[in-house]
Amino acid sequence: MKKHILIVLFLAMALLIFSQNEAKTSVKHSKENSKCFACHGAHTYSFQNDMIERIVTKRMNPYFIIDSVLYYEQNHKSFECIDCHSYDYTEFPHNNDLRMEQMPSCLDCHEGDDATERFNFEEIYEEFHESVHSTKHSEEFTCWMCHNPHSYKINARTNENVLETIVYDNNICLSCHADVDKYQLISDKEKPNVIDSHDWLPNQITHFARVRCIECHAQITDDVLVAHQIQPKSEAVKKCAECHSKNAELLASLYQFRAKENRSKYGFFNAAMLSDGYVIGANRNVYLNILSGVIFGLVVLVIFIHAILRGVSK
Amino acid sequence: MKDKNHDKLYLYPIWVRIWHLINAIMFLALVFTGLTLQYSSVDFEIIKFNYSISIHNYAGIILSIFFVFFLFANRFTSNGNYYQFHIKGLYDRVMKQFMYYSFGIFKNEEKPFPITKERKFNPLQKLSYVLIMYFFVPIIIITGYLLLFPDIIPKNILGFSGIHFVDLIHIILGFVLSIFIIVHVYFCTIGKTPLSNFKSMINGWH
Repeated sequence: MKKHILIVLFLAMALLIFSQNEAKTSVKHSKENSKCFACHGAHTYSFQNDMIERIVTKRMNPYFIIDSVLYYEQNHKSFECIDCHSYDYTEFPHNNDLRMEQMPSCLDCHEGDDATERFNFEEIYEEFHESVHSTKHSEEFTCWMCHNPHSYKINARTNENVLETIVYDNNICLSCHADVDKYQLISDKEKPNVIDSHDWLPNQITHFARVRCIECHAQITDDVLVAHQIQPKSEAVKKCAECHSKNAELLASLYQFRAKENRSKYGFFNAAMLSDGYVIGANRNVYLNILSGVIFGLVVLVIFIHAILRGVSK
Repeated sequence: MKDKNHDKLYLYPIWVRIWHLINAIMFLALVFTGLTLQYSSVDFEIIKFNYSISIHNYAGIILSIFFVFFLFANRFTSNGNYYQFHIKGLYDRVMKQFMYYSFGIFKNEEKPFPITKERKFNPLQKLSYVLIMYFFVPIIIITGYLLLFPDIIPKNILGFSGIHFVDLIHIILGFVLSIFIIVHVYFCTIGKTPLSNFKSMINGWH
């Protein structure tokens, strides 16, 4: 009995050690970054104040708090903080001038980058510069306004759950369009009200939960996987049939990552949408169409013959 | 009630005629808008999709209110008697009427079940009306209301998206009822004259 307990304990210990090693090795630069997270991962930070010769504790500016869990799940999780931020940040207290540092843009790293060629960053950059975000606002509007450098991760391509992708992507838009403080970083408008500006939209709640903002507000092109050319309000899709029809636009955007063979499953047009929802007009069924047409034709034919025979027999 | 000058039956009281007229108008609006929704296209729109949605919703709500009125009226007036039937011998009666419509009518045979004060509908009519009014219409109304409030539909029904499943039932029944309407209107022309039944719908006399 003792022997068995020892074996179980040994296995448990081995598993614990292995899992700890696994956790450590899976997060690159976690050791280096932990120095930053010691302050920027918490609501308070402490330091030795030499002028008053004691340790003081201060509250961290909430906009400078980085969620380490989200950080190590995002696209750039393998980065060291100083890959993007100045090396001088390794010294504390930080030099005040560092606040003025120019942050890198996406193309600074991704231009001509073979590893990310499939995302076509150059085309995304061009689309973005043709979008209202770029043309109507100052250069303050950068990629980072939407793609939080400390938490953004690709979703549409990797997440099979389209509804989760919709929430994730829409929250990016809402992070400005439903947040007055962030919105006013680049706009003089007092309060964006997404609900009021969409009051014409039938079943507003359902639409908000089932499609992304960019479905109607961005120009879809073949070159870029996720549309970045946000259109002016006047150019937004308002014609319901753009999605509610056989050639639904949604299949070229939201559902483009679904396998093509799913698109006509069991005779349903645009079947790629069916596991997550149903779009009137887009998910009609080819077999039911044929069957209903045949039945309708037969009924009309029988009525026609019946009417003629009635007329003849009178 | 018998008319003094004619050998006619007063079969359709005013409430039946009003209900029938409203039902017919709403039904036609629902079929028309239902088709425009199901076969909507960017290139060709008879009516704008959002207008179709609104008309379809309002027509459906009005139809459902009058359906409830119809159920109550049938429950508390003698009109409900016309919808009661006995299972025993039903098949024979229905087949007899079916054979009349299929063959006898062309030989100018006597109607097997002539209309009387007690028998407004022949067996085939009665069976189809009962199926339509007490089975198909309630289901299409329930599925219609579920689609009006899609958030209350379960996400998954029998492996299908819940909304899709409910909509399939709604669309299939819509088609069945559309076929019924076509046949129903045609059978209305089988009266003393092709228009006599339509006149009855207005004046109440058969």
